[in-house]
Amino acid sequence: MTTLELRGLTKRYRVRGSGHMLALDDVDLSITSGRTVALVGQSGSGKSTIAKIITQLERETSGRVLLDGAPIPRRGRGLRAYRQQVRMVFQDPFASLNPYHTVHHHIARPLLLDRVVPRAGVDDEVAGLLEKVRLEPGLAARRPHELSGGQRQRVAIARALASRPALLVADEPVSMLDVSIRLGVLNLLAELQEADGLGVLYITHDLATARHFSDEIVVLHHGRVVERGPSDDVILHPRHEYTRALRDASPDPDRHFGGGRTADTTGSRS
Amino acid sequence: MFTNRKSITGLVILGLFALLAALADVVAPFGPLEKDYTALKQPPSATHWLGTTHLGEDIFSQIAHGTRGVLLVGLTAGVLATLVAVIVGVSAGFLTGWRGESLSALSNVFLVLPAIPLMIIVASQYDDPSLFLISAVLAITGWAWGARVLRAQTMSLRSRDFVQAARANGEPLWRIIAVEMLPNLTAVIASSFVGTVTAAVLGLTTLAFVGVIPITNLNWGTILYWAQQNGAFPEFWWWYVPAGLAIALLGAALSLISFGIDEYVNPRLRSAGERARLQKKRTKRSTA
Repeated sequence: MTTLELRGLTKRYRVRGSGHMLALDDVDLSITSGRTVALVGQSGSGKSTIAKIITQLERETSGRVLLDGAPIPRRGRGLRAYRQQVRMVFQDPFASLNPYHTVHHHIARPLLLDRVVPRAGVDDEVAGLLEKVRLEPGLAARRPHELSGGQRQRVAIARALASRPALLVADEPVSMLDVSIRLGVLNLLAELQEADGLGVLYITHDLATARHFSDEIVVLHHGRVVERGPSDDVILHPRHEYTRALRDASPDPDRHFGGGRTADTTGSRS
Repeated sequence: MFTNRKSITGLVILGLFALLAALADVVAPFGPLEKDYTALKQPPSATHWLGTTHLGEDIFSQIAHGTRGVLLVGLTAGVLATLVAVIVGVSAGFLTGWRGESLSALSNVFLVLPAIPLMIIVASQYDDPSLFLISAVLAITGWAWGARVLRAQTMSLRSRDFVQAARANGEPLWRIIAVEMLPNLTAVIASSFVGTVTAAVLGLTTLAFVGVIPITNLNWGTILYWAQQNGAFPEFWWWYVPAGLAIALLGAALSLISFGIDEYVNPRLRSAGERARLQKKRTKRSTA
């Protein structure tokens, strides 16, 4: 069991000319292996900032990040060991893979960095990881520009899983993909989560998939957590008006369209 | 790169010049300063393929021997300037705060320095500047543009997701720069190298033409210097046209190579090029 806790997390960005911008304001959040937490909010609500702080691409302004109760290391070996436990799938598979390197390079690097398998076993492990994300092992020699968006995101997932992490941050993993393949990628993530007992932080602005794929939903609005709870509760009985607006803004097959119930508060980002 | 028509053309021309430089003693029928007083200011003929100077020196032989200095100085200056440009440019793109700013300011200062006057001042301090010194002077005035472009490219790469992903994987900084970023900068580095070589060739011939570089250092610019000194323009065209053409041809070859590098390094352009060639083949077959 691995648990990552964010306590009282605050992030302030310095903005040139106009002082500060408060991106996160006193956020508490915890992810435990075996469970999926959905982090929902419109663009600019601070979702990606949380992902960046969890992966330590950014430093928090104040607050604590605890892994199994201990503050996470900030540098050196300790940080690398922490990063081996907590991996991230980026939003845009067209940007998150290096155009110059092969699929093999992308998946083999974390294997070599964290010494997951002996050097001689790397090729087999890469093939195994590709199979795990339902890609042909022969794809290893290809470069990102030869792959479709869905294939790329699967490669990115394989890369994230290579170090055998306990926790996975998925930052809008399907928002850049064609609608027709989104479900496939989400189902894959759910299967992998189940099989490896991963703890997943699923960042999204889509309430429907959040409800379907996660145990708990946390709603973020202007850098604050405005609502949290078991998925069905949050969707069916939202207590905060922002959650209600967010829910009503997404199309519901049971409800007829044209009822004038679309609000433009979601500001969906594609 | 070796299947690309443009870069092959460029490489072939450059190769011919390199051969000419290496085999100057064999290829050239006369010594570069050998005088033939029976043939002064003669137009091209069977004995003097590109004619002669006012002292009866064979112009083809002068061009052949002059190629050596031009290529040597051009390549040395290109390598030196590119090294400085990569070190300064990539660091300036990676560092934040006053360090990055001051490196950027440094390259801006060198960018606005007037190159030719500076070269004249430095070169004229020495009675007999060596080829390496001339290359160094050309490199000092030629690295700034490459550094600026590299800085901009590095800054844009630094914030790209694949670099962030490498950081999140725990890749060490040197590996992020050398393995993840530098390959994506190869096109810029290569074209800046080719650009500085071209600039160095032009700089060298200019210095020689102005007369700053002693006439013992024979290159294409020296030929132009003597032609100008002796009123060759316009009627003794064989005296100045070949040297001018050689400079233009070398410049064109370098540009063609740079195009080829661009296609080779950018995988997306490469496969686009391959597709285009395939398509051409197919249409050729279907029309035949």
